[in-house]
Amino acid sequence: MQKSLHIDANKCTGCLQCEMACSYENYGVFNIAKSRIKVFNFEHEGRKVPYTCTQCAEAWCLNACPVDAIRIDAATGAKVVHEATCVGCKVCTIACPFGTVNYVAETGKVQKCDLCGGDPACATACPTGAITYVDADWTGLDKMRAWAGKTDTSPRASA
Amino acid sequence: MAWTRKVLRVDLTNGTCKSEPLNMEWAQQYLGQRGLATKYFVSEVDPKVDPLSPANKLIMTTGPLTGTPASTGGRYSVVTKGALTGAIACSNSGGYFGAELKFAGWDMIIFEGKSPKPVYLSIENDKAELKCAAHLWGKTTWVTEETIKKTHQDPQVRVCSIGRAGENGVLYACIVNDLHRAAGRSGVGTVMGSKNLKAVAVRGTTGAGQIKDPKAFMAATAAGKKVLAENAVTGQGLPTYGTQVLMNVINEMGALPTRNHRDVQFEDARKISAEAMHEKRPTDGKTHLVTNAACFGCTIACGRISRIDETHFSVVNKPEYWGASGGLEYEAAWALGAANGVGDLEALQYANLICNEDGFDPISFGATVGAAMELYDLGILKASDIGMEAPFGSAKALCELARMTAVGEGFGKELGIGSARLCEKHGKPELSMGVKKQEFPAYDSRGIQGMGLAYATSNRGACHLRGYTVASEVLGIPVKTDPLVTEGKAGLVKAFQDATAVFDSSGLCIFTSFAWSLADIQPQIDAACEGDWTMEKLNEVGERIWNLERQFNLAAGFTAKDDDLPPRLKTEPAKTGPAKGLVNGIDKMRPEYYAERGWDANGKPTGETLKRLGL
Repeated sequence: MQKSLHIDANKCTGCLQCEMACSYENYGVFNIAKSRIKVFNFEHEGRKVPYTCTQCAEAWCLNACPVDAIRIDAATGAKVVHEATCVGCKVCTIACPFGTVNYVAETGKVQKCDLCGGDPACATACPTGAITYVDADWTGLDKMRAWAGKTDTSPRASA
Repeated sequence: MAWTRKVLRVDLTNGTCKSEPLNMEWAQQYLGQRGLATKYFVSEVDPKVDPLSPANKLIMTTGPLTGTPASTGGRYSVVTKGALTGAIACSNSGGYFGAELKFAGWDMIIFEGKSPKPVYLSIENDKAELKCAAHLWGKTTWVTEETIKKTHQDPQVRVCSIGRAGENGVLYACIVNDLHRAAGRSGVGTVMGSKNLKAVAVRGTTGAGQIKDPKAFMAATAAGKKVLAENAVTGQGLPTYGTQVLMNVINEMGALPTRNHRDVQFEDARKISAEAMHEKRPTDGKTHLVTNAACFGCTIACGRISRIDETHFSVVNKPEYWGASGGLEYEAAWALGAANGVGDLEALQYANLICNEDGFDPISFGATVGAAMELYDLGILKASDIGMEAPFGSAKALCELARMTAVGEGFGKELGIGSARLCEKHGKPELSMGVKKQEFPAYDSRGIQGMGLAYATSNRGACHLRGYTVASEVLGIPVKTDPLVTEGKAGLVKAFQDATAVFDSSGLCIFTSFAWSLADIQPQIDAACEGDWTMEKLNEVGERIWNLERQFNLAAGFTAKDDDLPPRLKTEPAKTGPAKGLVNGIDKMRPEYYAERGWDANGKPTGETLKRLGL
């Protein structure tokens, strides 16, 4: 089964535990500036939205890369940046429609979510279930279930 | 080591910024944040200093766990001599600013002197410089934050600033960060304003990685988070209802100070409670509450984000207030509401927004309005003095007075001096409901006896965040004690005060203490911080900090006489509720407390106590 990150923004409180977990997993420091997942705060609407790479099946970043530095992890389906190959041309950052591949000035390479090899640290760290790692074919299952529960079928015979 | 080991010293008089190493010997004795900054402060500042003179200093400080995944590890504090109180001040705030300061590589910033013209401090990692703030002076905290983000072309910069209240010398001005989090009490924003310092803008990309034992730290913080999630208060009550969960509870107990403490129960408490914030309004069919919100790293998320009723008289034709914004928290709802008898939730939120927007403490402001309304009720203040009719319960007066205080207009200037000076000025000093010139928060000490002692002996003036015995006396944390008796409260208050000093010095939020004891944070601190941080050491650090603050206040001129409550609480019994007929037994508890602390009859730490604590 292929899994994918599933985000339920309604559950996000803006604590940024996901950003700390991401930077710690990938760089060994607590540094949200290095996080590959970002929580956006729409203050005047009272909304907080975590956002990161959705691992497109037809990944434009991968197709745009002139040196084949972005490759598919067969186990997870993640599109992974191979730093040793990346030349920092940033073409992938232009190709990505969502802005989830970003250049890191310090290393001269790009970075993006790689699903932590199949155990995403952000999902583990999220205290409210706003970020989960679930069956990619059924990311809508919880929502379906919730709506199913609201479907008012004819009342059963009362006990 | 979880400290960055770097202190930024900003000389506002000469316009210089210098980096210096953190005193690690002191860090071992005072941990960080509140304790460590207080140690720096008392070592450098004359206790007799005029709080608003250039000789006063102001320290912004993080704790060793600030900027780490420890739950609630995002706090910073501001330490100075309080403009309102003349006592040591330490005001604590959440939001994201504290963590960003840590990520930029700084444990603390020490501001000294006074800038000849308005400036703001801009920090980008190790680069710090003072910039001209002429274009920001006269602006609200909201405009200041937005303008700096635009000017820096960086939406990720974090800002703390003062609003017009801090510029105009409102004695209880706050420092506001991230739009609606504040270092709120004692007038720390007033001190900032007196230095011509408008704001601090921080961008930190260095991160906080200097953890002694990362593996143990991740395990300890994960265990801590589990405790918070499984606790009824931190796992359910606070995220669902916020601190406002207390409004009906405290009212039922007969401990909700009402109309300047004339009453202990408010007939409209329900209308301004958490439950009311969840109800759909008849006007627009929406709930007041939009969502809850967390500060940096917090897995509790008690913060309230609300939307005011656009049809309410206070915001008609003022779309700038119609968006979602912070509030109401319990203390603000009480001070703006019950304290002056106003039961209009939307009016309270409007006044709260003004407090955030222009940076002043809603507790002291609301309570000062309550005092003014009593002076009006007694005929001492006339409508012509105030500029309007101001009877208890007037939502219109509350809203207008908030606006006038923010901009320093008319009677708003008088409200800006706080209730102690206002009542003194009008010949009724006994009507100021506070201690050491700082107004009481939302618990009446006739119905919760221990809080009377906690207020009277708090080092920063009346305050609920220095020894929250409500936890024990009302909620039964860690053990239930009888709120109506004085027995045992001296020891209880001391225990809460010392433990709180440790929480406040760690970078964590005191609200975790609904679920955590020192034993829960000890492994987190010990895994993060260089040295051997045992329970014994933490207990000693807490007591040392408390006595250090006490020593400063004594040297500043405070005496045992200042460890007292207003006569109303000692002579006018509670009229209704479970505490009916009771006054606060402060005169009985005070000597017991002094003895418990190892202080003499005059409230001075004995030589033996000081020696024991290494002071």
